[in-house]
Amino acid sequence: MEQWFPKIPIADWVDVFVNWLTVNLEFAFDGITTVLQSIVDGMVSGFGYIPSYLFMILLTLLAWKVSNKGIALFTFIGLFLIANLGYWDPMLETLALVLTAVIISIVLGIPLGIWASQKQAVKQIVTPVLDFMQTMPAFVYLIPAIFFFNIGVVPGVVASVIFAMPPTIRLTILGIQQVPADIIEATEAFGSTTSQKLLKVQLPLAMPTIMAGVNQSIMLALSMVVIASMVGAPGLGADVYRAVTQIQIGKGFEAGLAIVVIAIILDRVTQNIGKNKKQGGTT
Amino acid sequence: MNNSKKISVQNVTKVFGKSKKAIQLLQEGESKQNILKKTGVTVGVNQATFDVEAGEIFVIMGLSGSGKSTLVRMLNRLIEPSAGQVFIDGIDIVKMNKDQLRDVRRKKISMVFQKFALLPHRTVLENTEYGLEVQGVSKETRAAKAMDALKLVGLEGYENQYPKQLSGGMQQRVGLARALANDADILLMDEAFSALDPLIRKDMQDELLELQSAMKKTIVFITHDLDEALRIGDRIALMKDGSIVQIGTPEEILMNPLNDYVERFVEDVDLSKVLTAGHVMKRAEAVSVEKGPRVALQMMRDLGISSMYVVDRKKTLLGAITAADAKEAMDRNQGLMTILQAGVSTVSPSTLLADLFEKVSTASIPVAVVDENRRLNGILVRGAVIGALAGSHHAINTQEQAKAEVAADMVNKEVKITWNNGSQKFR
Repeated sequence: MEQWFPKIPIADWVDVFVNWLTVNLEFAFDGITTVLQSIVDGMVSGFGYIPSYLFMILLTLLAWKVSNKGIALFTFIGLFLIANLGYWDPMLETLALVLTAVIISIVLGIPLGIWASQKQAVKQIVTPVLDFMQTMPAFVYLIPAIFFFNIGVVPGVVASVIFAMPPTIRLTILGIQQVPADIIEATEAFGSTTSQKLLKVQLPLAMPTIMAGVNQSIMLALSMVVIASMVGAPGLGADVYRAVTQIQIGKGFEAGLAIVVIAIILDRVTQNIGKNKKQGGTT
Repeated sequence: MNNSKKISVQNVTKVFGKSKKAIQLLQEGESKQNILKKTGVTVGVNQATFDVEAGEIFVIMGLSGSGKSTLVRMLNRLIEPSAGQVFIDGIDIVKMNKDQLRDVRRKKISMVFQKFALLPHRTVLENTEYGLEVQGVSKETRAAKAMDALKLVGLEGYENQYPKQLSGGMQQRVGLARALANDADILLMDEAFSALDPLIRKDMQDELLELQSAMKKTIVFITHDLDEALRIGDRIALMKDGSIVQIGTPEEILMNPLNDYVERFVEDVDLSKVLTAGHVMKRAEAVSVEKGPRVALQMMRDLGISSMYVVDRKKTLLGAITAADAKEAMDRNQGLMTILQAGVSTVSPSTLLADLFEKVSTASIPVAVVDENRRLNGILVRGAVIGALAGSHHAINTQEQAKAEVAADMVNKEVKITWNNGSQKFR
């Protein structure tokens, strides 16, 4: 093969491109690094101010309010277990990392999803990019992330965002496009502007689907914490990673269990936020 | 342009696909099937032309795929016409820009949809307010107007429910209230009652007619149900394959189908639910009460009948007499009053044939048709009733003819009534 067709130097191109970006967009990456770092740090220290027992109670009450007693009980016991095992501070760091990644996913993803739902051309560009983001192994974009954002929590956040944002975008598009055609027709027949249609009809009706996307993003961001720890992000992921490299089976299990607990709490709570309770249950 | 023309549709055409060639072919008179074969273009509506008068219910009717829903959507440009003009109050909306069109949709035309198309996340009141809300009407004003509209459709007390909590019929009332709330002159109703079960549908039709008699909107009503079209339509346009086949009043469509298609369409119509006593009644030969039995007998002999209705000077029905009684009265030299049988069965001119079969079949003399003042308008003869049901034109009076007859008090119209009922046949 090589004899009659020379190898396409994709690797070289990417190297050159990444180098070029690193040199020429340094100021931008530095800015992003500063912002993300301060968001995560702010969250961690903010959470740190709250005594652990109060934090437990607050989260338990939240779980009770948005879902049910069972979830609230699980939240309380799960958080108590994490504190008891000594993973409270790493847990807060992980939470800060995940929440930052998810907030960025929402802030970027929902508007992008709305835009793509309105313009077919945008959707046709966005969809393959999303496929690319989700299927390209996360390790691969960790390497340039280190170039751009140094070692630490920031490349972890960026990698998490890249991996976690697609469901939010996809389900925003889906949710808006799933609004029944006759309802759209009705809103148009009464003379709605495009933004009235979007704000009064499409977004409210798409909200459960969009929230399902956010929920998925949270889960994916959590699944990235161990990988993020490889580039120096602190938290439960770092504990798991350390346990793996030192073959400490028990410690690894403990840290992993803490991640599972956090995952279940976040999943159940956000799932129920998405459900619109006021529409009445009867069909 | 004539002022009473609320909507005027001129050669409106919709083709789905590459339009130019297909429109040209349509204008040359090619059929929908041939155009599909030649160009791969589907014809939705083919050069539809009609006017809708202010205050009338104009029904567009056809089977599914006949283009009726496409046609109605071109009246507010939910679907863009490929060619043609749509004048609303004399202004061509096809030429309007987005802002002008939005204004027309907000103020002049509202619409009711087959599947209700309510907003599930909003209460009944919020749904009803929607049209006003997008116009930027203040919260209090729109709530008040929406409440008025809900009262009109009988949904007072349900304003804080969600659509899912209501039955289909009630949901469509919300749809109707939403369309009424913004006070548009024109109401487009796309198969508005088709998704409802038959009893509810009939109620809704009645209510629509009742509302319409008070509001006098211009209504374009789409349906595939001929009975519905006949019930509520002032005029009906029948569509087939995207073209309008015939436009006319329900009577014209039923009695003078323009071609085989219309004829086939209407042949299964239950005429007994369309025609009224007024349509099939014959002129009544009645004798004035102050005339004596001799005159009555003479009249009966001339007409070859054995009994007769008696009226006063104002043509108010008093009762019936038989020839045998008249003969006795003549012999005893008494007036008609003494032999009058007062308890005769009567129907009003607007009674549907379906509702008078029993009376006609059990009565020993032809049933009298009387108006609200008990004035004798005509009689129902069995042969004529059956003839009308069979679709015979001769058996049916047009509305105007019937009225004119009563008004002119036409005495000399030659109606030969052979009536051999009852035992006392007079010779």
